[in-house]
Amino acid sequence: MARLLEVKGLRTQFFTQDGVVNAVNGISYTLDEGETLGIVGESGCGKSVGVMSLIRLIPSPPGKIVAGEVLFDGQDLLKMSDGEIRSVRGNKIGMIFQDPMTSLNPVLTIGRQITEALQLHLGMNNAQARARAVELLELVGIPSAADRLDDYPHQFSGGMRQRVMIAMGLSCNPRLLIADEPTTALDVTIQAQIVDLVKKLRDELGMAVIWITHDLGVVAGLADRMAVMYAGMIVEEAEVKELYGNPRHPYTLGLLGSLPRLDQVSGQKLESIEGLPPDLIALPKGCPFYARCKYRIDKCKTENPSLQNVGVGHRIACWIDVTKDPVTTENPWQTA
Amino acid sequence: MSSDNQEVLVKVKDLKMYFPITQGIVIQRHVGDIKAVDGITFNIHRGETLGLVGESGCGKSTTGRAILQLYTPTGGEVYFEGEEITGLKGEHLRKMRRRMQMIFQDPYASLNPRMTVGNIIAEPLEVHNILKRSERRDRVKELLEVVGLNPYFINRYPHEFSGGQRQRIGVARALALNPDFIVADEPISALDVSIQAQVINLLEDLQEQFGLTYLFIAHDLSVVRHISDRIAVMYLGKLVELADRHTLYDNPMHPYTQALLSAVPIPDPVIEEKRQRIILEGDVPSPQNPPKGCNFCTRCPKVFEPCYEQEPEFKEVEPGHWVACHLY
Repeated sequence: MARLLEVKGLRTQFFTQDGVVNAVNGISYTLDEGETLGIVGESGCGKSVGVMSLIRLIPSPPGKIVAGEVLFDGQDLLKMSDGEIRSVRGNKIGMIFQDPMTSLNPVLTIGRQITEALQLHLGMNNAQARARAVELLELVGIPSAADRLDDYPHQFSGGMRQRVMIAMGLSCNPRLLIADEPTTALDVTIQAQIVDLVKKLRDELGMAVIWITHDLGVVAGLADRMAVMYAGMIVEEAEVKELYGNPRHPYTLGLLGSLPRLDQVSGQKLESIEGLPPDLIALPKGCPFYARCKYRIDKCKTENPSLQNVGVGHRIACWIDVTKDPVTTENPWQTA
Repeated sequence: MSSDNQEVLVKVKDLKMYFPITQGIVIQRHVGDIKAVDGITFNIHRGETLGLVGESGCGKSTTGRAILQLYTPTGGEVYFEGEEITGLKGEHLRKMRRRMQMIFQDPYASLNPRMTVGNIIAEPLEVHNILKRSERRDRVKELLEVVGLNPYFINRYPHEFSGGQRQRIGVARALALNPDFIVADEPISALDVSIQAQVINLLEDLQEQFGLTYLFIAHDLSVVRHISDRIAVMYLGKLVELADRHTLYDNPMHPYTQALLSAVPIPDPVIEEKRQRIILEGDVPSPQNPPKGCNFCTRCPKVFEPCYEQEPEFKEVEPGHWVACHLY
């Protein structure tokens, strides 16, 4: 399939009073038309900043995209003028944010908020935009859509608000939908509804999706490809089945091991990753995972590995191959 | 960890907790109630972990707080070791409180930012006048070690710690009085995945070490399954199902439990591909005005006549397996 997005060496920093926060440290990936990429990582690993940098939604100052290229349809989004990027945002690239409670304007009706993008990007008149808004609300499964157009956000429940957000994200038939933890604020039964809806719409409309989450469970059934981020870097990237079935980076292994699973009878201790993520102001010289890694060798402390191919479409940033040569004699993930 | 020991430590009988809704500024008229907890009955055995799950707003946190008498329940009784604590006041209640502690959800909001870690953990000892002042510091250091923090941190302030470390401080504070019973109210939901596992392991170790009994409140069913011996499922202020963890996951009987379990994503794309989800329609009704009959009748995929008319009784359909549903 045709290439839709190509990110090369993206680097975003925040210049704060305490120092320079290295939020995103040179990430590269690609996305094809209609493909779904899941980006997982813990809070502060740069997953949101990395994606918000694509559409230049980084508050500046203090944030700044200091290096990299973002080729969308062959055009570099980072080199566009403010006017040009504005015509891309919400038009060719749709967005859904994490918290539907705070990302809708409480003093405007949802009809007004949906039609705004339609009038701006597609040049529709009032009547056309309203008709399209009703269509969109029906598409995302809001009952009696025409009547609800004049309701305010507080008249909707959390799940319904997220549906409104999705309707807004989809309003201009985007080719890429960016979903930044869209289900984190929702309950598990509502989360299932939303995931189901996005999947259905993706298949119907044939758009590409970047789904950011910290929950390895949510994306398992949704993504085609996965990227795992740690300390502003991609540490592993693979097809979804490969990543869950054959994880190769120690951090991914640890993350999967520390997750209690509903379908497995436990009785054993969870394999926790000891320690904390590194300070993004003072990143270590070597591999950022060094301090917490149970496979570490001396080289990791001084040199940071870059992403290397270890299989078809499977890249990891690690000096050791956890499947082949165990560095320590005992299984390092067996907690003593 | 096991619940072979059937001694009942905490007994909750028909507990109700309503919050009044008032209207008017000067003269406040009582116009309704939020029925946060609406008549729930269950036992917690000594040494076990009872998991309490449900979606946000179903009343699970209120249940935990009402059991500890942090709220005055509207109705019903709570017994601790056979003694009724619902009516206790003043000194008697304070004495009981020593034996029941709480770990809170948000490690950022539940620690006073202007107190040192040492003072935070020593506060319960001070309030209950336990140990001499000079001995308290040693006890605090001991507690810090128990929860896996360096005793050297005793003079630091909460902002110097990460979320996981702060939660450990909260755990140390709860342990200070050697309680028998701890209500853990979503102790890990504010933490990152890799840190969650650390705190879960800590709670399990402490239970083994001190023979603690937990009421573990959470919305994450995978975590609850991991840590609990028995699990209670709540919906809109009522218990819908209670069973030991294996029974509940292998043979969920209430349609809500079935839907809840099927909605939990499993981190395995191969399994996810084959899974059939029960997607519930709609949202949870308002606890101010719950539907007539069964609370779940508005969303239930297996709803039939009596559900709209009569409230189902919470009954034991198999030994140890309680369900509130007209189907059984």
